[in-house]
Amino acid sequence: MPGTKEIRAKITSVKNTQKITRAMQMVATSKMRRAQERLRAARPYAEKMRAVIGNLTAANPDYRSPYLQRRTSVKSVGIIVVSTDRGLAGALNANVFKQTLLLIREWQGQGVAVKLCLVGAKGMAFFRRLDTAIVASVSHLGDRPHVKDLIGTVKVMLDAYRDGNIDRLFLVNAEFVNTMTQRPIVSQLLPLEPSEAGAPREHWDYIYEPEAAQILDALLIRYVESQVYRAAVENVAAEMAARMVAMKAATDNAGKLVEEMQLIYNKARQAAITKELAEIVGGASAV
Amino acid sequence: MTQPSTIQVDIVSAEGEVFSGAATMVFAPASQGDIGVAPRHAPLLSMLKPGEVRVQTSDGQEQFFFVGGGAIEVQPHHVTVLADTALRAKDIDEAAALAAKQRAEEALKDRSGLITQAEALAELARAAAQLKVIARLRKIRS
Repeated sequence: MPGTKEIRAKITSVKNTQKITRAMQMVATSKMRRAQERLRAARPYAEKMRAVIGNLTAANPDYRSPYLQRRTSVKSVGIIVVSTDRGLAGALNANVFKQTLLLIREWQGQGVAVKLCLVGAKGMAFFRRLDTAIVASVSHLGDRPHVKDLIGTVKVMLDAYRDGNIDRLFLVNAEFVNTMTQRPIVSQLLPLEPSEAGAPREHWDYIYEPEAAQILDALLIRYVESQVYRAAVENVAAEMAARMVAMKAATDNAGKLVEEMQLIYNKARQAAITKELAEIVGGASAV
Repeated sequence: MTQPSTIQVDIVSAEGEVFSGAATMVFAPASQGDIGVAPRHAPLLSMLKPGEVRVQTSDGQEQFFFVGGGAIEVQPHHVTVLADTALRAKDIDEAAALAAKQRAEEALKDRSGLITQAEALAELARAAAQLKVIARLRKIRS
């Protein structure tokens, strides 16, 4: 049986760890709430954008933007993978990577080349060991990603799409379902699926400044960027939720550990007292 | 649509809603020159230059918003400003794209710098195991 002093030191150390995990849990909780708010704030832009793009395509049936055109033969696909910068978030990244690997294998199985674009440091650390081409990356966006930091990375993929170097563009990120559930989600960014093809409205058209085609392309680029931004923000929310749950489990486990050790400590202390008493009694009777 | 003398204005950016409300007049820096939009304006779609969007609310006050560019959609009773949060220019975007490419290349090249702690620990465990085997072999031989 270890001495009482050693057990006491161990209890203190576990309690310190517990303090850290509890603090991380609370930080993650508040950061998650803020990320959720930002996620909500990003929604109106995407909705308005979709509505305008819908109006535009309805008003201009003759202009076919490259971003809307469905290519029949697919030779190469691009995948934007959003991951976190830091660990200690449960299986969040592992699930996203697993889903991405499935997607990669599915396309490679059809003889289609895959090009990756990585957002987040963990994605880079994982995918650079694979032999899949990585064409662009950005990491350390922090807990508040900004569109500004994503423009360049997305542009690499948009240009590749426009120039015919990739024929499809996918986005993989962790979806924030609720605090307990986050799951990887794959969405197709390009070509953009035309939004609900409602009945043709009464005929009207915009006045365009400059040309309609130019505006449509500029809007489509911004729409794709806003989607990647949304994914980055949603990933932060999912990361924080996952970390919150992971840290709660760690805190609970530390509590159990402390309880067990406290029991051992009490026993050891009692044993020492009993032993001492026996010695005194033995000594007294010897006198 | 409630009052014919006002127009609903929504200014949104990718990172959040900036303004939403009724206005009697809206001024915006369109790419071909500044425009003023009054209620029942003809449908218009235009890109915006970086500049100031001015909204005159129905109580006679004026509000100013800076936009880094973007687009404006005008319908008879509705104005939507899709504002950019970042300043955009062809060469700025181009430089950002180049930087993103370089980051990917550098990260691929730099095999040592990005090793995570988990990887390092795994490597360490492997090395320790190898050393153990070597030590055992030596013992057997001697």
